[in-house]
Amino acid sequence: MSEHILEIRHLSKAFGTNAVLKDIDFTVDKGDVTTIIGASGSGKSTLLRCINLLETPTTGDILFHGQDISKGRLNSSAYRAKVGMVFQNFNLFNNLTVLANCIIGQQKVLKIKADEARKRALYYLNKVGMAPYINARPDQISGGQKQRVAIARALAMEPEVLLFDEPTSALDPEMVGEVLEVMKALATKDNMTMLVVTHEMSFARDVSTHVVYMADGVIEEEGDPARIFTNPENQKTREFLKRILNE
Amino acid sequence: MSQLVTDISMLWAKYRMVYLTGIANTLILATSATLIGCIIGFLCGILQTIPINSKDSIIKRVFLRLIRIIIRAYVEIFRGTPMILQAVFIFYGMPYFFNISFDNIWTVSIIVVSVNTGAYMAESVRGGIMSIDKGQFEGAKAIGMNHWQTMLYIVLPQTLRNIMPQIGNNYIINVKDTSVMFIIGFSDFFAIHKMVSGAVFKYFPSAFIEMAGYLCLTLLASFLLRRLEKKMAGKSSYELASADQLVMTAGTYKYPEEDGSPFEEKNKD
Repeated sequence: MSEHILEIRHLSKAFGTNAVLKDIDFTVDKGDVTTIIGASGSGKSTLLRCINLLETPTTGDILFHGQDISKGRLNSSAYRAKVGMVFQNFNLFNNLTVLANCIIGQQKVLKIKADEARKRALYYLNKVGMAPYINARPDQISGGQKQRVAIARALAMEPEVLLFDEPTSALDPEMVGEVLEVMKALATKDNMTMLVVTHEMSFARDVSTHVVYMADGVIEEEGDPARIFTNPENQKTREFLKRILNE
Repeated sequence: MSQLVTDISMLWAKYRMVYLTGIANTLILATSATLIGCIIGFLCGILQTIPINSKDSIIKRVFLRLIRIIIRAYVEIFRGTPMILQAVFIFYGMPYFFNISFDNIWTVSIIVVSVNTGAYMAESVRGGIMSIDKGQFEGAKAIGMNHWQTMLYIVLPQTLRNIMPQIGNNYIINVKDTSVMFIIGFSDFFAIHKMVSGAVFKYFPSAFIEMAGYLCLTLLASFLLRRLEKKMAGKSSYELASADQLVMTAGTYKYPEEDGSPFEEKNKD
């Protein structure tokens, strides 16, 4: 019996009169690697940002282990610490070194002691292959390296689920591979629970365990990647995949 | 020309200690007031940029709006009136309103210059905070930091670096503009000029010493500020950590010590 980590119930989000998400319903179970695919502007990133409370949902509920978080019963900072986020533009702290980026959250949010936090940070930096760069500042490393550090920073908080908001979209093509490798290892070797918004169809097809296709703020189709990619039921999904796979 | 040299050397020989004391007073006042002004500016900047959410309670929202109005008024009043008048106003005005009179000129001078600097700094800090990329706030939020932690550890260090040129600017302005404090009897470098030239009627030679003195002070200040800015920018290169270093310092590859990987550990339960 798999355990629900996140349950999204009837979630809607509107910016003014512009409805970006309409009645979204889905569940993330422990160990799931869910990819959310869809055209730009379909609301994928907004959905992810709502889940992490960077945007406040207009209506609907988000349940974390069955507990409603949008009602404010659970402290939003404590919740965010358990739900890691990797951004399209990395958002590494520019005033801190690579190592300090991975330590600060542990120390200030989780109240972990300095040497323990350092150990953990080094462990995860090593996992993403960035341990030699601990002394560098974010402006001194490449985009792919930044994103790997950002993943290590999120992992160092030891979250229960990790959200990826188009993690490779801002990267030069030759750097996409190194980041996908790290994500793939997390998914397959470490069984990390992941929710990934991506345009990388190969990752969605080969690595993820569940695919969600979104269009115009609605989940049009979801299911097993093998089935979605070979035999999509929905007309919109079919057209989207045809378009993007032929590029 | 030779007369001028003679006069200057006469003044310097006779009043050297007095001039130097004036310089010391000027520097102490300008430095302490700039530092205090920065603290005031940072506090105002932070208070002004606390986000007001429509979800917050009405009391909190009213309170935050009120703070913004008060800071706005403070900035406009102290930026919009001459410091020389502010000094007079506070020094001679306070006894009318409160049962206190300032017997210590230093206290009044530091208050006036600090509060004045603070008004300028408040705007610089506000601009500095607004110029920080939104992603920095989101990155901090996403790992669970609250507003104060985000400000203290992420945003303000970057703001400080960005507005360092403006702090330097304010410092240099303060070195010169503390001269208006002579109006309430503060004996800064300029006040010494009034005193000395009044005693020996050598206006130009004394002014010459003053000019050279002020220029030396501000040149020195801008040199030191540049050095400080460079230092704050950090090293232009970094050293790769060798494998030895990593193993030695932290037992990197062993964390967590019992189980191979925290992920495996989690999956057990």
